[in-house]
Order: sequence, then C-alpha cells, then structure tokens
Amino acid sequence: MLTQHTVRAYDEELQFLARKIAAMGGQAERMVDQAINALVNADHALAQKVVQDDLLLDEAEREIDDKAILVIARRQPMATDLREIIGAIRISADLERVGDLGKNIAKRVAAVAEGRQPNSLFRGLEALAELALTQLKDVLDVYASRSVERIGIVRDRDEQIDAMYTSLFRELLTYMMEDPRNITPCTHLLFVAKNIERIGDHATNIAETIYYIVTGEQMPPERPKEDRSHGVTLADDGKSG
Amino acid sequence: MAETSTQTRTRRTAKLTAGRLYQNRWMLAAAILAVLAVDLFGAASAGFTAATIVALVLVALVAPRTPAARRLAEASARVERSPLDRLSGEKLAAAVAEPLIIFDRDGAVVHANEAADTAFGAMTPPLPLLLKFRAPEMQALIEAALSGEGTAQATDYVERVPFERVYRVTASAVGRGTGLFVLAFKDQSEARRIDRMRADFIANASHELRTPLASIAGFVETLRGPARNDPNARDQFLQIMQDQTGRMARLIDDLLSLSRLEMKPYLKPGVRVDLRQTVDAVIDSLAPLAAGSAVVVERDFAEGPLEVQGDRDELFQVFQNLLENACKYGRSGGRVVVSMKRSAEARQPEIEVTVRDFGPGIPDEHIPRVTERFYRVDVETSRAHKGTGLGLSIVKHILTRHGARLSIRSKQGEGSAFTVHLPAA
Repeated sequence: MLTQHTVRAYDEELQFLARKIAAMGGQAERMVDQAINALVNADHALAQKVVQDDLLLDEAEREIDDKAILVIARRQPMATDLREIIGAIRISADLERVGDLGKNIAKRVAAVAEGRQPNSLFRGLEALAELALTQLKDVLDVYASRSVERIGIVRDRDEQIDAMYTSLFRELLTYMMEDPRNITPCTHLLFVAKNIERIGDHATNIAETIYYIVTGEQMPPERPKEDRSHGVTLADDGKSG
Repeated sequence: MAETSTQTRTRRTAKLTAGRLYQNRWMLAAAILAVLAVDLFGAASAGFTAATIVALVLVALVAPRTPAARRLAEASARVERSPLDRLSGEKLAAAVAEPLIIFDRDGAVVHANEAADTAFGAMTPPLPLLLKFRAPEMQALIEAALSGEGTAQATDYVERVPFERVYRVTASAVGRGTGLFVLAFKDQSEARRIDRMRADFIANASHELRTPLASIAGFVETLRGPARNDPNARDQFLQIMQDQTGRMARLIDDLLSLSRLEMKPYLKPGVRVDLRQTVDAVIDSLAPLAAGSAVVVERDFAEGPLEVQGDRDELFQVFQNLLENACKYGRSGGRVVVSMKRSAEARQPEIEVTVRDFGPGIPDEHIPRVTERFYRVDVETSRAHKGTGLGLSIVKHILTRHGARLSIRSKQGEGSAFTVHLPAA
C-alpha cells in the first residue's frame, strides 16, 4: 500500500485520490447495473435516474483531475507516487467513459421498449452485462488490494466478452433479416451490446493501469494461445484465493 | 424519616472512623510513642506534645483507608472480573456466523471474520474499506460512521456479481474512545431469491409450457371434431400428445431443479466424492441411451485417487447432463470418450473430467451462450432429442457452487469436448 511520507498531508492527498477513484468505480458499477435492469424491465424511471447520475461521475472526474494536478504541482512526486497520481487520472477517465456508456444504454430504453423483443435477446444481454460487471468489479477489487497477480483472469474474461458479443451480433442480425420492423429496436440493442463490450474494454484498460501503478512496468503482451477453448463458467476466484 | 437517614449517616461515619483508626493503629501508636519520647527528653513543652498527639489522631481519622492508585486498580479490577473482558474481539468475531468487519479511524480493515472473507473475498488488513465497498450507499454509510455522526446506521447493500446477494448492513462505533468501528452484515438474500424465483419460474414456465400446451389443445380439438371417427389419426395424435406432456413434465423437473440451485448458489457442499465411482455410475445409468443412439462410451481414467469436495448427487447430475448431450448430439460420431486426469497447471491442483464426442460440433458463435437458459444451438434438433434447453444451465449452476469451471472446445465437423475443472480434494 501507500508508503509513509514525512508530510502527513501528502499521504492524505494520495488517499483522497484512491478513495475518490473507488467511489467513482462504485457509481459506475451501479449505473451500468441499473441501465441494464431498466432495459430488461422497460423501466423508464430507472433509466431517467441513470441519465441524471452521469453528472456525478463527470464531476468526480473533474475533481480528481484538479486534485491530481495540485498534488503534482505542490509535492513534485517521484516513482510510485507519480505513477499513483497519473494512474488515478487515467482510471478516472476510463470510469467516466464507463458511466457515459451506461447513460447511453439508459437512453435507448425508450426506443427498445416500444416493441417487445424476444426474451432470449435480453437474456443474452444480461449475461454479457454480468460478464462486464464482474470484470469491472474484479479490476476495482485489485485496485483496492493491489494484488496484481490476479489480473490475468481479466484478459481471459475479456475474450469471453468479445465472443459473447459476436454471438449476440449474429443473433440480432438474424432478427433484423427476419422482419424489417425489427430493425429499429434491434439496432438499438446492437448498440447496447457494443456499449457493454466497450465497458469490458475499459475495465481491461484499468487493469493495465493498475499493473503499471503497482509494478512500474507495462503489462506483458499476451502470449498467443495454441488452442481455442471457451471457459464458460468462471470459478469464484475471490473465494479460492 | 429525616431522622433515620441522619442516624444511618452517623452510624456509617462512626464505622468508617473506627475502621480508619483500627487500620492505622500501628503507625499511630509509633508516632505517639515518638512524640512522647521527644517530650521525655524535654525538647518540647507538654502542651505542644498534647497538641501534636491530637493532630496525629485527627490525621489518622481523616486519612483515607486506601491510596488513590489502589482504589483505581480495584475499580478496574471489579470491571475486569467479568469473563467477557478477557475475550478477544477476534474470537468473538469468529463466532459470529454473519460477515463482520472491524475497521479503524482511517477506514482500514483491522479484522474481518471468516464469514466476511467467504462472502467478499479475502481482506488482508490494512485494506481500505472504502476501496473495497464502492457502492454509493456503502460509501455514505462508512463515511457517516467514521465522522461519528450519531450512533448505529444501517443500509441495504446488494452485491450483484458473481451471484446476487442482499445484505442489511449496520455500521457502529465499538465502545467509546476505542477508535474502532464495526460493520455488521445480515444476509437477506434468501428472501429476495424466493421472490425472484417465483417471478422467474412463472415467466419461464408460462413461456416454455405454452408451446406444448397449444399443440395438445389443438389435437384435442381435432380429435373431437374432424378426426372423431378416424382411428389411425387418433392413434397418431394421441402419440403426439403423449410426447408433448412428457416434454412438459421434463421442463417442470428441470425448472424446479434449476430454481432449487439458484436458491442456494453459494452453499458449499462438503463431502469427499470419488469421481471415478460417480462417473462410472453415470456411464452405467446412461448405457440404455447410449445403446439406443448407437454410441460407444469409452473410458480413459488416470491412475491414482480422483477425489473432490462436493455433493455427489449434484456432480452426478453434471456428468449425466454432459454425457446425455454427448450421446444425443454427437451420435453421428459413433463414440464418446470420457476421460479423467489430475492437472497441476492451475494455481491449485485440479481434476479435469472431459466428455468428448465426435459429432458435428458447435459453431463458434454459439459456444459462449450455451449455458444460458433455454438457449439452443438448433431448436429443431434439441426438441427432437427431448431437450429442455436447461441442461447446461443446471451444469453451470452446480459447478459455480463447487468453485469449478467448465470449458468447451469445439471444432465444426470434428466434435466437441466439455471439460469440467474441479478443485482436487
């Protein structure tokens, strides 16, 4: 964790940044979760709330930026501290994007809710969102515990998310080809799926930033897999650790 | 009334002074002797000596019986006499079945009991609590506790992944001035899940049961109308109706077992199960199906013990579902290989059980989704094989409970392999 500094206020500033990131992360997780819920249950009020909550994230990002700049100017940070601060700026930008994507999903609720879409589509989206949310949660947990050795699973899951997205994409295309009246809602759902997939990407970005903060090195490039296999259920890694 | 109270007070004072005199008797006697000795040598006047002696007696009367430090020690000893005080907070926390987290003024975890570690993953002190519980309402709760606003505060906390859990969380300060706070969780997932289960069951059941029901209704109508006097058609229709009712029964069975599993997603089953025996039993029980589909089941079990922690019946269901699928959908390959081996690649030793068929395989785009409820790669084939679309969903739930993974490898035209990775016992 953070090492002690002679100036206690410096420690407090760094802790403030970390706490703010965590709060932003919690808010972003909540927004994505609620956006998907609003979509699946055609809940307009919830969707509206998500759209409004995005303001909080924007504000938090600005606050982190300001604070980080101030700390750099005042304390001339080096090594770990500098990485910590730059990392906070980067992670907050990623989280803000996650919030935007959540907001975008919420905005589509009205358009999708007009015609009832097949249940299997929503189930697919829910499963995709669950993967992305697990990804985000795991990454933010690693930010809290700084146990970067657990970061490998993040990449595996990113692949799962991509595969699931491709599958949903095909299914949506099929529905559109079946009946042109489906095109409008299905296009919206396509964007929703894409947004969720992007959330997974942002989570992976955050994972890379955390790896950099903790080790001072870039995450090693992925080693190519010799065979393609799909992990379908993931063990609850939090428990086995 | 006033008189009696005065009397008691006088009596108490008398008792106290007598006690003081008695306790100080030796010192008092020595002091008086010393004063007398000084007087004897004529160093002081008789009046002064008498005055000194009176003063000594008065001091002995007024001086408290026990020194202040000892009185304090006695007071604290009186409190300490309760057996609770020697109890360490850690042991107390360990005895609580619900998650309990103790944290300090900086919001860092001081101690998390075992239930908390199980529920939220290992929390090694001094993990900052605010970084771990990021939900906005939890942040507000912890902030409020740290700022010392009022007494205990409570909120509802929902953890969505890896499976849904609902907690009522209370944050409060421990004692006064200890600088420690406690976060107590009360699991309310069960109630929430029962609600959810009811809603899900109705939604799924109504959706999936409607098709067979509609077809039965249609045939009944035909039998009573145009086909009333046609024995051939009647036989055929009755056969279809029987198939459909059979399908409905299977659906209800599967929905029920899935709902049961979803009710308790993290009940860790804890019996040693010999996989060799279990898988053997599965293969034997499915021999008629294999024979009917003209599929030969081959075994390839590694030497040595193949044991895991788990629930035998549930694991039986996992391998039954996997083998059944392999026999049904991979029948064109003519054989199914069930292999079992230990693997040390992962962080902890695992036992891998693979069910491999040599059928048409599963197209790539379907693989990530086959464990979804009612997801079918090919609806027609699935219906023809009496599939309910729930088999792999049940497998996934059971494996999640066992801390296990399922990986699927498939190549079109060459067949597919379903591998279960179970942590070795």
